[in-house]
Amino acid sequence: MIESSRIVRLSGFGGSQSADGYLYRPASVEATADVLALARREGRQVVMRGAGRSYGDASVAGEAVVLDLSRMDAVRSFDATTGVIEVGPGATIETLWRHGLDDGWWPAVVSGTMFPTVAGALAMNIHGKNAFRVGTFGESTLSIDVLKADGSLVTLSRDDPGFTNIVSGAGLLGVVVGAKLQMKKIESGELDVHAVSCGDWDAQFAAFARYEATADYMVTWIDAFASGSSAGRGMFHAGFYRHPPVVDQATLRPSAQDLPDTIMGLVPKSVVWRFLKPLNNRVGMRFVNWAKQTAGAVLEDGKLVGQSLVAFSFLLDYVPGWQRAYAPGGLVQYQSFVPREAAPRVFARQFEMQRERGLENFLSVMKLHRPDPFMFSHGVDGFSLAQDFKVTDANREGLRLLAEAMSDLVLEAGGRFYLAKDSLLRPSDFAASLGQAGVDRYWAAKSAWDPDALFTSSLARRLHLDPRCVS
Amino acid sequence: MMAYKHAIVVGASSGIGAELAKQLLESGCRVALVARRRDKLEAIAATFPDAAVVAEHDVHDTAAVPALFQDLCKQLGGLDLVVYASGVMPPVGMHEYDTAKDLEMVAVNLNGAIAWLNEAAVRFEGVKAGTIVGIGSVAGDRGRSGQPVYNTTKAALATYLEALRNRLAKLGVTVVTIKPGPTQSEMTAHMPQAKMMPADEAARRILAKSRRTGEHYLSPAHAVIFFVIRHVPSWLFRRTKI
Repeated sequence: MIESSRIVRLSGFGGSQSADGYLYRPASVEATADVLALARREGRQVVMRGAGRSYGDASVAGEAVVLDLSRMDAVRSFDATTGVIEVGPGATIETLWRHGLDDGWWPAVVSGTMFPTVAGALAMNIHGKNAFRVGTFGESTLSIDVLKADGSLVTLSRDDPGFTNIVSGAGLLGVVVGAKLQMKKIESGELDVHAVSCGDWDAQFAAFARYEATADYMVTWIDAFASGSSAGRGMFHAGFYRHPPVVDQATLRPSAQDLPDTIMGLVPKSVVWRFLKPLNNRVGMRFVNWAKQTAGAVLEDGKLVGQSLVAFSFLLDYVPGWQRAYAPGGLVQYQSFVPREAAPRVFARQFEMQRERGLENFLSVMKLHRPDPFMFSHGVDGFSLAQDFKVTDANREGLRLLAEAMSDLVLEAGGRFYLAKDSLLRPSDFAASLGQAGVDRYWAAKSAWDPDALFTSSLARRLHLDPRCVS
Repeated sequence: MMAYKHAIVVGASSGIGAELAKQLLESGCRVALVARRRDKLEAIAATFPDAAVVAEHDVHDTAAVPALFQDLCKQLGGLDLVVYASGVMPPVGMHEYDTAKDLEMVAVNLNGAIAWLNEAAVRFEGVKAGTIVGIGSVAGDRGRSGQPVYNTTKAALATYLEALRNRLAKLGVTVVTIKPGPTQSEMTAHMPQAKMMPADEAARRILAKSRRTGEHYLSPAHAVIFFVIRHVPSWLFRRTKI
């Protein structure tokens, strides 16, 4: 019998989705296999959890055994000449950059926060601001060690057919218990960053077009409260690696990268979320977005500045615990991926829908992507727009209806979705985004890797990806 | 206020427990109905085949509770409310001292409650949420001459629940002691029914009061009357016929 006291309530990062499960935190592959055996004996399903950074319900499941892999965080080997690093599943993006930086190696793909685990990054096949250039996390992964539902261990290289299914598979096929990654050679711990103030949607897409051939990273922030001729305004940034003869050895140290723990040397960042909380409403966020745009246009526009890789990459880590400003209802992020030609129309219309319903998002970020071969791929030859919405009891139903309307637009345009962010898709939305071939591919993989549906999540149950929950 | 989604009702075959189970099911809650008499449980469950889980269980079997509790949570898909409504109150003569009869009341009214609500406490402490409801009685407020051990079991239950409340309230767990007055049920069938509260009305009031941690009577009149009764000095109380 499972120990009753292992029960815990766990949430996704956004704090709007939670479930009660029995938490196990094994420290070895053998102990992980024992947890799977226990779950099978007890007739319980297993949900995998890394750092719990997926926004929605991907790392929780009611009444399941929660397999938390974060204790298996070792760097197993590192070759400073090739940049190949082998890590346990609980190693984080932070583990990677801190380990490689002194020798001039940086993770090829990083998310907007350094805290996700490698296993989580592989399960969701995360992307970064360089997605248009280097693709997703799986594309810089050389091999993975996978514990199957029956407890057997296999190693998959990039050429194995299962590789592109396990990577991106949302933890529904097998447990990643180790990974070998190729890091990116860098000569400096700083990027040259160009800032462009964009007055509207056209200017945003023009900035991406202008820098696409040369930039290593591109990202833009958009003010969702701006309307009329200002709709789509925001601040675009393009980042460029520094190349020889520039060698900034002094920047290739973790101490040169660490973010300050105070703002302007005065206010501890740990309390900043408390100051954000009173502003975290439509009126306050309209002001914050306006202020950010105005400050960017005046102080940053057209400038080229040096910025550390950590500061440029991990914007979400600037304010620790910022998501707590969304309590008690939490936040949901809605991120859709739309082919190039349709993206301007679809994203502009999504903003209009929000204004019509009084449900503007509080933070919007747009990036450029490229297609990839992974099973639950969100990669398209086009753009993604990530949007944070505050959840309250009063707007919960409205958000659901808004998401449905926005998803209809995305699907009409041949777009896709990203399970690390999702809380709001209907089963039919996700199936339609995959297409019949994609759906068939998933079920074939599920039958082959996890025929008894040991692995699940609230997300899988919601999107009818768990055969035990499909009527 | 959020509706309950997953509940276990122990003692759901009749009386207040059955009415609570029915009203929870009618509200859309998934409910595990626990009692000895499977036929009675299935009669209730028949109206709600997708939402009701039937579990035949004798509360004397405290050793079976941990596994059954865990299994019911799995079948329900979660848990946010546990009600312990099992209870017996056999007729007792004014000069009767029947140990077997008395210990039967201790087993059902108290030992079973401890076995089930300890499991609930472990779970709700872990998830830092949930509601525990124990059906006590106004009879537990004083040691009365007519029902010494029934009074004792209900007083002990109230004390146990108070202790749980003191442990768990700070974690966000609601622990509620309900003190119904005389209520129409099988347990009170041997008593005059005319002035008793119907069980369905008692259940409605219990669910309404279950949101607020603490001890609750089911009517303002009871709250006043039993406030007075609790404070009557012992030397005077023994001279009354209460």
